[in-house]
Amino acid sequence: MPRTEFSPSIASRPVYAGLTSQGATPAIMLADAEGAEALIDLAGQDASVMDRAHLIYIPAGAPHGPRLAALGARLYHEAPSFAACLERYRQALAEAHMGSQLYLAGTEGLIGQATAEALAAGLPADAIHTEHRGSVARRMQCVHCKGVTENVTTDPFICAHCGLTLFVRDHFSRRLGAFQGVCVDAETPGIVPPAQEIKP
Amino acid sequence: MTIRFNDETFRGDYTYHNSPEAIRRFPFPFDQDSYMYSVNIEPHAGGRAGSPFEKRFDVDEHYVSEMKDRAITLAEDPMRCQSLPHMDLAGWDFLELVMTSKAEDYPELFELHRDGDRWHWINKPMGIEQRFTFLDTTTLPCGPLEYITRQTQGDHALLDQREGNLWMDAGMITSQADWSLDFDIGMNFFEWHAPVPKAHEMGVFQRALKFLLNLQQGAPVRRLNWTMTVNPRLDTSPENYHKWGPEKRTITPETVGSKQYLRVELQTLWRLPRSNAIAFPIRCYLLSLEDLVSVPKWGRRLHRVLRDLPDELAEYKGFAVNRPTIVAYLAQFDDGEPTSPGIFPD
Amino acid sequence: MKSQLLRVTAIEPLSPLVSRFRFEHPEGAALPLFSGGAHIVVEMPDGEILRRNAYSLISDPLDGSCYEIAVRREDTGRGGSRFMHTKVAVGDLLRLSVPLNLFSLDLRAKKHVLIAGGIGITPFIAQLRQIARLQVPFELHYAARSRDEAAGLKLLPDVPQIHVHISDEGNRMDLGAILGAQPLGTHVYTCGPEGLIDAVAETGRRLGWPKAVLHSEVFMSPPPGAPFEVTLEKTGRTISVAPHQSLLEALEASDVEIEWSCRGGACGRCETGVSACDGHIEHHDHWLSDDEKASQTKIMPCVSRFQGAKLALDL
Repeated sequence: MPRTEFSPSIASRPVYAGLTSQGATPAIMLADAEGAEALIDLAGQDASVMDRAHLIYIPAGAPHGPRLAALGARLYHEAPSFAACLERYRQALAEAHMGSQLYLAGTEGLIGQATAEALAAGLPADAIHTEHRGSVARRMQCVHCKGVTENVTTDPFICAHCGLTLFVRDHFSRRLGAFQGVCVDAETPGIVPPAQEIKP
Repeated sequence: MTIRFNDETFRGDYTYHNSPEAIRRFPFPFDQDSYMYSVNIEPHAGGRAGSPFEKRFDVDEHYVSEMKDRAITLAEDPMRCQSLPHMDLAGWDFLELVMTSKAEDYPELFELHRDGDRWHWINKPMGIEQRFTFLDTTTLPCGPLEYITRQTQGDHALLDQREGNLWMDAGMITSQADWSLDFDIGMNFFEWHAPVPKAHEMGVFQRALKFLLNLQQGAPVRRLNWTMTVNPRLDTSPENYHKWGPEKRTITPETVGSKQYLRVELQTLWRLPRSNAIAFPIRCYLLSLEDLVSVPKWGRRLHRVLRDLPDELAEYKGFAVNRPTIVAYLAQFDDGEPTSPGIFPD
Repeated sequence: MKSQLLRVTAIEPLSPLVSRFRFEHPEGAALPLFSGGAHIVVEMPDGEILRRNAYSLISDPLDGSCYEIAVRREDTGRGGSRFMHTKVAVGDLLRLSVPLNLFSLDLRAKKHVLIAGGIGITPFIAQLRQIARLQVPFELHYAARSRDEAAGLKLLPDVPQIHVHISDEGNRMDLGAILGAQPLGTHVYTCGPEGLIDAVAETGRRLGWPKAVLHSEVFMSPPPGAPFEVTLEKTGRTISVAPHQSLLEALEASDVEIEWSCRGGACGRCETGVSACDGHIEHHDHWLSDDEKASQTKIMPCVSRFQGAKLALDL
């Protein structure tokens, strides 16, 4: 699956510039599902980028694990979910030094959460390199109840926490790693437009 | 000068009201018969006697009730006041700015006695007396930003300056025009303005930011912004949109005069000394259309502005659905006569 | 620019070339406080010429009783520092701008690394006091040619986080070692000659540091150069700029009103449009982008100069 091209949007919406090797510096790499292919392409550009890399992969049903494992990362780990590898990821950030690079590839939910963790740990934004691959599902925060609904693929959608029907905004918080969802029928309760697939 | 503080509500039965003096001093935001974004910044160095521009932090007849409304909002949702950890010093800077300004500008209402770091603050309208140690948060009932903004009308954001940008890293936001501090905290100047249409392409934000990065201590600036609100509600937050949203659809030709309010923000910007942050108070004034048209110039002008406003802006400001009713109502008060320059009544 | 008239209350040599000046309010009023790294601009009425030089504040940011600056005498400079050293005496009144900070600490930092070369130590003196109050980890590296040159030694506290590198004594600063193993959240601040700032940038780039956490302040006064003339588009006036005068000073001497803040090419306040340019603008600022500089459509009159046949400004 190739890199996702998103249509232009507002200034708060993240832009995923694509992965480019920063050389054989210490690195943390995190990918889910189709994001593996972005790391495989990265290693194809410059094999040395793997020499000092700690690579964590969340397959989510995708078959790329063996190819990633063979790239020669210093450490390779597979995890069933982001939550399952969160403490390992946090420890890797805590032990990292300035100059370390972070490569994130895959869905917006993974990139958003991993970016928020890294910024909180003190990694500068410019040391974070991202590439979107795979599902365009979004991680949405409900502005009303503050609950986060993962893997949202339609607009509007139903908040998994409070049950309100929310429309999908492009307004994005890097601190929360989530887009904003706002009640779609606040002024006219019950009048809800038909749900549409979210497009890139 | 003595102020009689209104006993009034900003929710439920909405008993909010403006006295004739409050109507006359309303900061009408349009200096001509049309509106488009502009940087429109001027020095905040006093203004016409009695106007809301005269004092550094305007205190008016709504003060006590407005602070009660804020306390209700905060009790329901404490996240309306937040400060990222590095903003504590800026909070103290702002507390000092407000306390010293109010004590000097309204000596009959506020007193500040300082003995080195030991401060004694008296807020007579709210019946508050507090002794505390400056820069020691443990000596206040809450953080410095929350403490002083529970006693200061308007929303307040504190902006950190770094990387050639301003970052919304702390705030007390309970009367916002539909934006969420909890969501926007930590964003830079372009990110938190991202949902505003048109202005980005016009370069308004680039110019404003460049100006603000050079803002000097002791030289605050101000600008006016505006929107329309149904009912005199302060808490028009996105958090509670599903609760107040239905009220927006209750405007009829019979009720528009009394229920439709022009909402004006007097925004001021201040460089803070110790933190190098910028304080950004956003003071909200509400005036019903029926009170507004008691000033003939304002009735004429508001009609022309709202009639000719681009659809995109009416949509963004959230009153597109009521615009035809509002414009039809205001048309009765527009006799086509020319209006005088400036914002003040004739 | 807001300013205040202050009295010189002490002048003290810190080294053969550097003196400390203390300013207080004539009636003892409190001065505006500031943040570490802030500077003030001193007005120097030197005969016919009114010079304005920016100096970092080295006094305690939370002490409103005085401002202190350290001035290095530059005998080959344009005369501002010579004026301070030879014409200013205790008891004189001088006009100072309010403090402005274009080199502030990033208060989110988990650690601050301060790197000073020579007189570039000055902004860090006040920042150290701020860091001590914040109780954030830090280290300071101070490089000077000789102990005689190291005027900052008298101003620095004796703490293990401060490392002095005197090159005459063979103790040179190793930037690779300094930047090699810093924890995430570290911010680096460099002040000194352009060569030092470039070296920190290059070492940082090699080690993978993003530019945004490498802060710097070049200690810059307007460089002298060949005289030149400018035309003002709106009035048609022609103004001559002398070799030891900046374009901004020449405009001020001709009563042309222009906004300014730092007078060192950093803040962008005096940015001026160029309506015609037949020749070469010598851009010395750190404000305009490379593209803007190449286009020759803007100039920072505080530090930049011109060589050629004609320069016309949107003034």
